[in-house]
Amino acid sequence: MSQFTPEQSAAIRAEFPQLSETVSGHPLVYLDTAATSLRPRIAVDLESEFALRHTAAVNRGAHSLAAEATEAYDDARASIAAFVGARPNQLVFTSNATESINLVALAVQLASAVGSPARFALAAGDEIVVTEAEHHANLIPWQEVARQTGAVIRVAAVTDSGELTAEAVQSVMSDRTRIVAVSSVSNVLGITNPVRAIADLGRAAGAIVVVDACQSAAHGRLDVNSYGADFVVFSAHKMYGPTGIGALWGTTEILAEMPVVLTGGAMITRVDFDSSDYLPAPAKFEPGTPRLTQAIGWAESLRYVESIGVDAIAAHEEALGADMFAGVVDIPNVRILGTDHGVHRVGLVSFTVEGVHPHDVGQYLDSRGIAARVGHHCAQPLHKRLGVDSSTRFSLGMYSTSDDVALAVAALADVREYFGEG
Amino acid sequence: MELDDLYQQIILDHNKRRAGYGLQPGGFPSHQYNPTCGDELTLTVRLSDDGSTIRAFEWEGKGCSISQASASLMTSEATGMSVAEFERFAEGFRDAMRSRGTIALSEEDYGDLAALSGVSKFVARVKCAMLAWVAAEDSLILTRESLN
Ligand SMILES: Cc1ncc(COP(=O)(O)O)c(C=O)c1O
Repeated sequence: MSQFTPEQSAAIRAEFPQLSETVSGHPLVYLDTAATSLRPRIAVDLESEFALRHTAAVNRGAHSLAAEATEAYDDARASIAAFVGARPNQLVFTSNATESINLVALAVQLASAVGSPARFALAAGDEIVVTEAEHHANLIPWQEVARQTGAVIRVAAVTDSGELTAEAVQSVMSDRTRIVAVSSVSNVLGITNPVRAIADLGRAAGAIVVVDACQSAAHGRLDVNSYGADFVVFSAHKMYGPTGIGALWGTTEILAEMPVVLTGGAMITRVDFDSSDYLPAPAKFEPGTPRLTQAIGWAESLRYVESIGVDAIAAHEEALGADMFAGVVDIPNVRILGTDHGVHRVGLVSFTVEGVHPHDVGQYLDSRGIAARVGHHCAQPLHKRLGVDSSTRFSLGMYSTSDDVALAVAALADVREYFGEG
Repeated sequence: MELDDLYQQIILDHNKRRAGYGLQPGGFPSHQYNPTCGDELTLTVRLSDDGSTIRAFEWEGKGCSISQASASLMTSEATGMSVAEFERFAEGFRDAMRSRGTIALSEEDYGDLAALSGVSKFVARVKCAMLAWVAAEDSLILTRESLN
């Protein structure tokens, strides 16, 4: 486990022009990669070059441009799929991870309304298991399913130190469990959850298992098959890719069974006035003109990630993350949410500063050039569970350095004094 | 944008002092919520018996120093105003907050509230400064409806 050398870091940072911006007269220290990662120039250049030279409709028309665009789109899907260990036809493009989860949730609602297909059809009293650590994106769609179907939400608890165990999930499962929705890593706690064990429990119970992999997608090797889940979701903008695109991965079997949600052109074979036949996945879930440029840009971003090395990035962030945790934990009157004992963490730490509201903490940090996330990070129930309303978060990316961490820790140590609490 | 423009000493003091803090039962409280940070504030306006002047502001809530200081400063500066006067006062305050740094609150008209002028340069914080004022306007409407 080691960090990049200064030379390696410099080469990486040169690829991210935003890092040379200044904020409040200070060089930018970007510690909000967990919200959205910065973009490497090479991918943005390719994306814009593609948009300028190869824009055309995908899957329509026989002219050369359209054929090229179609090929490029298919290639992008294949390379993104390869990055996560998937087959191309198991990867459905969506707007983002939130939409991916909603697609599954809506399919469940549609199936429940007509009682088929059985795997997706819930009845009143069936149960949906979520965890206390979920992002709103992996909670609210299930609340809507519950409201529409009469199913019941069961919530697996985390410990006071933020740890989720398979036992906690098991304890809220029953013979009515039909869906298990869990994140690979909480975006507040940064702790890696035992997803494999949880997915095994869910699949053994015959439930549909949905894994929100947003926070692990570009911080280590994401192998969608390794979870043993039915669905895995992630967003490009947390993987050095563009906004506006994400993915729903599903096993071949579950995607074949899953009912269509959105319909229209590009997803059909035969169309008559009263009925139509649909293409197989992923096309049956991608009606309309697809996200061509975004797919190209995402694929190129991941090519860049591969060129640096996924394992090397993971090792760098983990080592730097441990230093960051150690630096923050040492500051008096700062409380970290979640433990580092006996758990695996990604390079992310959320904390509260006694006597100073996170909004004020974030504003002070911004005045020193540090971009941190403040608020409830779309996880209000988790904050409530941990006894706070909101927090401040530092999160790392491949371009983060020990200087970034040192500057952030030093600034954080001055916050209370600035607000007259020190 | 200097941080000290935002966090003037008056603001840091009012964040601690919190004039008007503490809700009594009764009246027409308005509960306001800032969804971006989860901050909440409940405020009740108390009017004179004839409904013409503001006798008191009572509020409780949790939030950043800007939202707390704004509630406290409003209480200090606007208690005793006529309702019509307060409505104009609040309108002027809102205009300044939304001005992106182009309108400053005068000390002559706004007293210590002028210290909040700097907020308008920090667009993300305008909501924080407005939380108590939105609650006051809302509570005022509810209170006056009850008098009709
Ligand atoms: C754990 C987790 N799940 C889901 C999401 C939602 O991602 P998106 O907004 O890209 O749909 C996020 C990002 O905020 C996240 O961190």
